[in-house]
Formats: sequence, structure tokens, C-alpha cells
Amino acid sequence: MYGHATMTTSITPPNPAPARRPAEWRDLIALTKPRVMSLVIFTGLCGLIAAPTRIHPVLAFTAILCIAIGAGGAAALNQWWEADLDAGMKRTAKRPLPQGRLDRTTARDFALVLCSGSVFLMGFAIGWLPAAILAVSIVYYSVIYTIWLKPRTPQNIVIGGGAGAFPPLIGWVAATGEITLMPVVLFAIIFMWTPPHFWALALFVKSDYAKVGIPMMPVVAGEKATRRQILIYSVLLLPLTMVPWWIGGTGLVYGASAFVLSALFLALSVRVGLRTRGEEDTMKPEKQLFAYSVIYLFALFAALVLDRFIVI
Amino acid sequence: MDEEKPETPAPDTRSVEQIRKDRNRVLGLGLAAFVVLVFFISIAKMS
Repeated sequence: MYGHATMTTSITPPNPAPARRPAEWRDLIALTKPRVMSLVIFTGLCGLIAAPTRIHPVLAFTAILCIAIGAGGAAALNQWWEADLDAGMKRTAKRPLPQGRLDRTTARDFALVLCSGSVFLMGFAIGWLPAAILAVSIVYYSVIYTIWLKPRTPQNIVIGGGAGAFPPLIGWVAATGEITLMPVVLFAIIFMWTPPHFWALALFVKSDYAKVGIPMMPVVAGEKATRRQILIYSVLLLPLTMVPWWIGGTGLVYGASAFVLSALFLALSVRVGLRTRGEEDTMKPEKQLFAYSVIYLFALFAALVLDRFIVI
Repeated sequence: MDEEKPETPAPDTRSVEQIRKDRNRVLGLGLAAFVVLVFFISIAKMS
């Protein structure tokens, strides 16, 4: 709750712009970044299903709903805080706040209701341990990443990207009621996946970030250093994704899938890591790596769930 | 996991009353869904 108190009492974003019309419910939904939420819901659901303990379907649905609402609230807080930056970037300029379709107070209040509501519902319905982890993940994303790290350091995504690693951990803990090695490994996999995923994107939208002064790795350290970092994280990701199989937490279905998927991820990363941008470069390898990285995470966690039902 | 395609802005053709009415309807449905959810959570926790 630290994040909420901070944001409501002492932090005021610059240049609040009044909206001309009342808020449309579609714009409020857009504030929650529904497309991003789909990956959060999926990984959270996979953590819940892959856990060795079964919970009542209604409680499982509630846990995933809370993860989704919490993620939506954190995304709304992110957009509330970054409305000025979003207005300066082509990719984000058409969001509701930069377009003036929503006023900032409505966006902030909506976000705070979602965040606090999701944590309390999780606490009352499922348990206070998953609720506490959900609260930490919200503060991690909206305060530590968005407000603190993102505008200050090119390593922002390395530490801040951990926010996206929480859903499978929360899903698992919601089912079992305890934190064990397996959910921590699942957290670590997404944590390690985030930098190459995000830096691949940052390589081909570099000019957007430079324009609004966000110190993303390609802007501050240069393309060469970014490519090397992508390669390092991808090399580390392969053995890390094999850990659930090595420790006996999963079977061969997951083990084989993780190896194949991660080897392909590494191959695409090597192509990005070892090249230099040419004249009139379309950045196709970077775009392919970014697109594959999304499919990769879906497929890896799908394999984790399949492994629970298919025993070889 | 921070990325999405830019949203297409809704055409600015509807009246303020229509927008409020739609939002209130969605809010009402959300509250009704919340009540139903709490009911089923109570049943699930008792079982």
C-alpha cells in the first residue's frame, strides 16, 4: 500500500491536461493495456494449473481475475504517470490520456481502485500471501519501474522487468499457499526473458525513446552493447528454462519443449547479437526476435501446463 | 510485456448523455458481477 499512499499524497505528474468529454468505458478499458494483460493472465493461469495442489474452480477464477485486475491497475498507473511521454512517442501517442479522451484524475482514481480492489479481493478470497505478492508486483511496476528506474537508468528493464515475472508466482502461491523453488524458477525465467524481449523492441523503436529522453539501453549504451546484452541474457535463458526439468518439477514434455524453444530463441538472438545495422536497414532480425519472444513465452508456459496432463 | 499496438481513437460523434449512459451501464454490470462473484466465493469457501 506504500505505492498508493505515495501517489495520492506527494506525487503529482507534470502538466495535467483537462479532458473535453466524459470518460468512455472503452477508454478506461484501454488504460489497462488489455493486450499486455493477456500474457499476464496466461502466465498466471499456467502457474496456477502447474502447481501440484488443486483449488476450487471459483477460487482459481478469482485468483486469475485478481491478477488481471491488478495488472490492469498497474498499467493504468503507468499510463497516468507517463501521459506526457506517451504524447511524444508515435507508438503511444494515440492512447486515451495523450489524446485528451480521459482526464488524469479519472485515470489515477480508476487505477487506484483496480489496484487496491484486486489486492483486497485476493486477500479475502484466496489468502494474504498471494495478496501481498500481488501488492508488491503492483508497487514494483508502477513505482519502482515506472517512476523510479525507467527515467534514470538504461538497466531499467532488467530490474523493472521483474514486475512481469510475478503472475506465475502469484498463481502458484494462490493454489498452494506457499512459496517453493518451482514458482521462484518460473519467476526467474520471465525475469531473464524480459531484457532480450524488450531490447529487441528498443532497437527498432530507438528514435522514439531518444525523442522523449527515456534512457533505454540502445539510446545510452549504443546498439553494439545492447546486442551483446541480448546475447548474454539469451545464453543464460536456455539453461534456466531447463531447471524445472532438472529439479524434477516437470517431465519430459516440458524439458524437450523448453530446450527446442530456447534453442530457437538463442539462434534468433545470435543473429541479432552479431550483426550491425546497415544503410536503409529494416531491422528484420530484431523484429523477428521480438515477435518470436512473445510466442516463445506463451509456448513455454503452455508446455508447462501440458506437462501436468501428459506423462511420458 | 510492456508493449501494444496503438489504440484507434473512437470517433467523437456520440452525445455526452450517451457516453454517461453507456459507462453507467458497464459500471452497473460490473457491480452485479462482483456481487455474484462474492456469492460464489462464499459458497466455494464453505464447501
